[in-house]
Amino acid sequence: MFRSLSRIAPQLITLGAIVLLVTAFFPDFILIGYERERLVGPIIDVLKRGAPVALLAIGMTLVIATRGIDLSVGTVMAISGAIGAWAISSGLGLAPTLALAIGAGLLCGLWNGCLVAVIGIQPIVATLILMTSGRGIAQLITEGRILTFSDPSFAFFGSGTLFGMPFPAVLWVLLALVVTLLMRRTALGILVEAIGVNRSASALAGVNARVLLIAVYMAAGLCAAFAGIVATADIRGADANNTGLWLELDAILAVVIGGNSLLGGRFSIAASVIGAMIIQTIDTGILLAGFPSEYNLVIKAGLVLIILVVQSPNLAQSWRFVKDESRRRRERSYEARKELRS
Amino acid sequence: MIKSLMITAAICLGATTLASAQTVGFSQIGSESGWRAAETTITRQQAEERGIDLKFSDAQQKQENQIAALRSFVAQGVDAILLAPVVATGWDSVLQEAKEAEIPVVLLDRKVDSDESLYLTAVGSDLVHEGEVAGQWLVDNAGEGECRIVELQGTTGSSPAIDRAQGFRNAIEGKDNLEIVRSQTGDFTRTGGKEVMESFLQAENGGKDICALYAHNDDMAIGAIQAIKEAGLKPGEDIKIVSIDAVPDIFQAMAAGEANATVELTPNMAGPAFDALEAYRNDGTEPKKFIQTESKLYTQNDDPQEQYEARKDLGY
Repeated sequence: MFRSLSRIAPQLITLGAIVLLVTAFFPDFILIGYERERLVGPIIDVLKRGAPVALLAIGMTLVIATRGIDLSVGTVMAISGAIGAWAISSGLGLAPTLALAIGAGLLCGLWNGCLVAVIGIQPIVATLILMTSGRGIAQLITEGRILTFSDPSFAFFGSGTLFGMPFPAVLWVLLALVVTLLMRRTALGILVEAIGVNRSASALAGVNARVLLIAVYMAAGLCAAFAGIVATADIRGADANNTGLWLELDAILAVVIGGNSLLGGRFSIAASVIGAMIIQTIDTGILLAGFPSEYNLVIKAGLVLIILVVQSPNLAQSWRFVKDESRRRRERSYEARKELRS
Repeated sequence: MIKSLMITAAICLGATTLASAQTVGFSQIGSESGWRAAETTITRQQAEERGIDLKFSDAQQKQENQIAALRSFVAQGVDAILLAPVVATGWDSVLQEAKEAEIPVVLLDRKVDSDESLYLTAVGSDLVHEGEVAGQWLVDNAGEGECRIVELQGTTGSSPAIDRAQGFRNAIEGKDNLEIVRSQTGDFTRTGGKEVMESFLQAENGGKDICALYAHNDDMAIGAIQAIKEAGLKPGEDIKIVSIDAVPDIFQAMAAGEANATVELTPNMAGPAFDALEAYRNDGTEPKKFIQTESKLYTQNDDPQEQYEARKDLGY
């Protein structure tokens, strides 16, 4: 317990610092109210608005742990959302709609996984194929227009509330918990990390790397499908041109802010979703602070740069060096004093 | 004698069919938005109504595709070319080729940086004027009390965002009771509109301090309407909503009383273009270099349900 807390401590401290910074510009940021049987306030908005990136980050963490990357998740969001909106507006019930949307995500994941694990294409290239072509697939489903629907049961996934919390927030927290437990209470997590550290060695050690890789990309597709459902339900319409546009980059950023190495190996899902919340806090904070739009991306880039510099391994090393040095000096002076006394 | 008569008749007949069955090439940017799709649909309809044979080419957002399409139109010897240019620069040589082949080119919706003599005319809407029409509606309908306005801007730096912001400010200038208190980009998307509106509502006392919303396009307004509803306010009543574009879904919102007004960016650019071409062909009338389409204001009084029905199949 303590060890996992110390793993995510840097992310929690960063999140706290960003929240304090935003509160300095917009004092009402930390206020949470309770109206019409739901919690309201900027922080609740962050939890809800950050849901798509947090969901994507869960799957992306696993993919990156295997030394891969999935550029297609934003597009898979658009495909799943388009299929969901099409299914619900053509009169299929909620359950078939969800099954179709989630199935589409899994299928996209299977495609990516096969390209990477069976055919052996570099992950960045393999997933780039779906990233560029997938939006066209989504547009074919929506026929190039914004496919709207009014079914309240599907809309619940975007704007409904559960125990006063927005449903998207509940969804990502639950999914993060489930995936973490699945990875850490079984050997799955270790196996995924083993592939990332050295795929051939892990294969020689008896890990079925091929099946596991496909499963990991399917998990990323599943997370993207959930994100697509949330985003589509949120605006009650599938916008194939814009749903999930560039969100794969935010998801990768969340994983990186979460301290996970792009070279694979050790991973922490908790840290990644906190990374997603850091990004969303910055986004929401910029909106609330009321700066002109021209500054949005500049401020975001500046803050992200600071966070990454502070977290950089080189800096951490010199920080450790300073800490060790001061401890050694303390010990030396202690010894010296002891000697003096005796 | 009979033979020569018949030949003359055949020639006359041939000439008239040639004259009436015009061939026009249309190089479209692509189908990146619903509006673009509607423009394509309406251009096809307009051509069909006038008995024009329309050769359609989709450039899929690439200028080289458009240039290739224009060259092939010139090679086929079409009677005229409609061009919706994807970018403003780099058209000089291909327009020169069309001019040398004596094929008039009409620009649709967007302009180019080339010399005016290289094209017959440009049909388009005045973006600043659209903003002015929207602003004027608010000036007429906000009443005398203090009105705090929030603005959802288009993509930062894009010309519609800049011009529609400017036009709105022109219209409300000098009205001391109208004030734009918050302005932020929603990237022309529904998600963007909803997210930014949520932050406006948080920042402005749960939305109670906001009197009106001006959105640079309908999609952002539709996203914002959902945010307002989820905040427990009544869009259209508690917060007046005016936006631009006149896409079908905003008419549905107006029919439900959730939006107040929209300014039409008509997708019918081809109609005026064909009119100008016809006049030019019949008696050589040189049209003005810019034909401005009407920026019509629609409110809840304009039978929004009927407007929705009329537009929903245009491909928006």
